[in-house]
Amino acid sequence: MSILIDENTNVIVQGITGRDGSFHTRQMLADGTKIVAGVTPKKGGQDLDGIPIYNSVAECMQDHRVDATVIFVPPPFANGAVREAADAGVPLIICITEHVPVNEMLATYHYVKSKGSRMIGPNCPGLISPGKCKIGIMPAKITLPGSIGVISRSGTLTYEVVYALTSEDMGQSTCIGIGGDPIVGSGFIDLLELFEKDPDTSAVVVIGEIGGEDEEAAADYIRNHMTKPVAAFISGRTAPPGRRMGHAGAIISGGKGTPEAKVQAFKDAGVPVADKPDEIPGLLKARLS
Amino acid sequence: MNVQEYQGKELFKSYGIPVQDQIVVTTAAEAREAAEKLGGFVVVKAQVLVGGRGKAGGVKLAKTPEEAEQKASDILKLTIKGIPVEKVLIVPAAEIRKEFYLSLTMDRTSKSLILILSAEGGVDIEELAVNDPDKIKRLPISISDGVDESAIMPHLQEVFGTDELASEAMDTVRKLFALYTEKDCSLLEINPYAIVDDGHLMALDSKVNFDDNALFKHEDIRALKNPEEDSPDETRAKDAGLSFVSMDGDIGCMVNGAGLAMATMDIIKLYGGEPANFLDVGGSSNPDKVVTAMQIITGNPKVKSILINIFGGITRCDDIANGLLTAMKQIDITVPMVVRLIGTNEEEGRRILTDAGFEVASGLSEAVEKVVKIA
Repeated sequence: MSILIDENTNVIVQGITGRDGSFHTRQMLADGTKIVAGVTPKKGGQDLDGIPIYNSVAECMQDHRVDATVIFVPPPFANGAVREAADAGVPLIICITEHVPVNEMLATYHYVKSKGSRMIGPNCPGLISPGKCKIGIMPAKITLPGSIGVISRSGTLTYEVVYALTSEDMGQSTCIGIGGDPIVGSGFIDLLELFEKDPDTSAVVVIGEIGGEDEEAAADYIRNHMTKPVAAFISGRTAPPGRRMGHAGAIISGGKGTPEAKVQAFKDAGVPVADKPDEIPGLLKARLS
Repeated sequence: MNVQEYQGKELFKSYGIPVQDQIVVTTAAEAREAAEKLGGFVVVKAQVLVGGRGKAGGVKLAKTPEEAEQKASDILKLTIKGIPVEKVLIVPAAEIRKEFYLSLTMDRTSKSLILILSAEGGVDIEELAVNDPDKIKRLPISISDGVDESAIMPHLQEVFGTDELASEAMDTVRKLFALYTEKDCSLLEINPYAIVDDGHLMALDSKVNFDDNALFKHEDIRALKNPEEDSPDETRAKDAGLSFVSMDGDIGCMVNGAGLAMATMDIIKLYGGEPANFLDVGGSSNPDKVVTAMQIITGNPKVKSILINIFGGITRCDDIANGLLTAMKQIDITVPMVVRLIGTNEEEGRRILTDAGFEVASGLSEAVEKVVKIA
C-alpha cells in the first residue's frame, strides 16, 4: 500500500495544454499514472495524445471518476484553479504552481478545508507512490517501491534523499513534496499521521528547512504519536537571518525558524538529524534493525 | 519587497491612518527648507531599508532649521549596515505622551492573520517577545471574514485605557486590514503608535513589506521599489529568473532547487569550507540562465573555486552542460570548478562535459570534499 495515491487513482490535469502541463502529463503517463482527462478553459473538446480536454473541472467530473487533480496553471490563476477543483468535489488537489500570491492562498487554504478536500502544495513537486502512481514532476527513475515514507518542503533535495535511499536498496512507499511556501495545504503532521497508519510504511524521513515552526510542531507530534522510526534532515543550517533563501517560506525572521531550534526539537523527540542527505539510509537502518 | 518609512506613511495616509506631515529630501539645504515649512523644531530620520538606524545615529532631533541642515548633512554621510543614506525624512518633533506597538502580519502556524499589540511601544518587539512575552497580545484575524470588532475591542480597551483611544485604534486596525488585503502586504508595523501632544494616536514610524508573489497585481506598489533593496548581482540574478543571495565565503555555488542549494552550502561548511553565495538556477533548462549564473559567480573576486551541483528533475543535465560550455566560451574562468551532475539526461550531460575536459562527480559529498580542498 501507500498513502494518498495508488495504482487505482484517477488523475486529471488542470492546465494540461500549457508548456509544463503537457510535458509533465506525458511524463506521468510514461510513469504509469492513470490520467483520465485534462482541463483548460475554452479548449474543451480537444485532446492531448487522446486524453480528453474539458472546459471546467465540473464538466469533466460528469464523465469521469476523479480522485485527484494536479494544477500547472500560471500563478495568477492558481488560486482559482484550486477553488474550482474544491467546488467540484475533487478529494485530492495538488498545486505545482510556484509564486502564488500568499494572502490569496491563505484564504484558499481555509476554503479547501471547508469543502472537505485535501490540498498538497502550492510550489511543490507533487508526490509519487513508486511503481503505482506519480502526480507532479518528480523523476520516477530514482525511486524504488518499498516501505520508507518521505515528506519534504523541498523538491530537488527530496530527489537527493530518495536517491540515497534507493542506492541503499531502501524503497519508498510514498514520497511527498509539501511545498516551499509559507502556507501549504498539507503539512508534516497531516502526512506523518497517514504514514503512521499505513501498514506498508515502516519508517519515515522528514526533510525540513529554515523558516516557520512546522518542524518543531512535527517533532512534537512524532514524540507523542509516532511508533515508527523517523529520521530528519534540515537545510539552511548556514543561512543568514533575514534573507529569503529561494523559497518564500525559507526565511529566519523575528528569531523564529532557526535551524538550531529545529535540529534540537527533533533530537529532543528522539529523531536523529542527518548532517548530509547520504547519512539518512544509515540512520534509518540503525533504527529499523 | 520592503519600502522606506516615508513611503509606508504615505500609504497609511492614503488609507486614512493618522500620520504627521512629512517631507523627504536628499540634500542638507532641502532639509533646512523642509524644517522651515514644518515649524522649525523637527526630527531628521535616515531613510534606509534596514533596522537599527536610531542606534547607528540615523535619527536626530533639530531645534532650528539651521540645526536640521547640519543634522541632515551628518546623516547623509552615514552608511548604516553597509547601506549609504541617500534620503532623509523631516517630520515635526512631536511631544510623545505614550508609545504603543501595533502590527498586522500572517501567522504560519495558526494559518491566520495576526494583530500584534503592546502597551510597550518604541522598543524592539522581538526582544520584548523573548524577555517579556506577557506584554504582547496576539489576536487572530480571519483574512476572509475580516476584523471581528467585538472580539478585538476589549483588548484595545485594556491596552489603550480609554474608550476614545480604543475606538481610534480600532479605526486604525480596520484600515490596516484593508491596506494589508488590498495591496497584498506581508507585514504592516507601526512602532511607535503613539499618543502625541493633541491626545490622539498617530503612526510615528512605518514598516511595510509586500508579498513578492503578488506584485504583478499592483503597479502602484511596484513603482515604490527601491533599487538599493537588492545588490546589483541580486537584481541581475532576479531579472534572469535566478535566486541569488551573496555570502562571505570563497566557494561559488550553482545549484538547482532552493532546498538543495541551501543543503549544498551547509555541506560545504560541514567540510570546512565557506560558501560565497546561494544560487538556485531554478527548475527550467535554459542554458542562458547558466551563463548568467556563471557570470555572477565569477564576477565575485573572492571566489577561489566553484561547485556546480545539479540534480536533474525538470532540469536536464545536458542543458546545464551545454550552458556551461557556452559560459566557458564567453567568460574567462580562471578558478577551478567541480561539477556534480545527476538525474535527467545525466549520461548525455556527463559525456558533453567529459569530452570538454571536465571532471564530473556523481556523489555530493565527494564533490564538496573536492571543491573545499581546492579553494
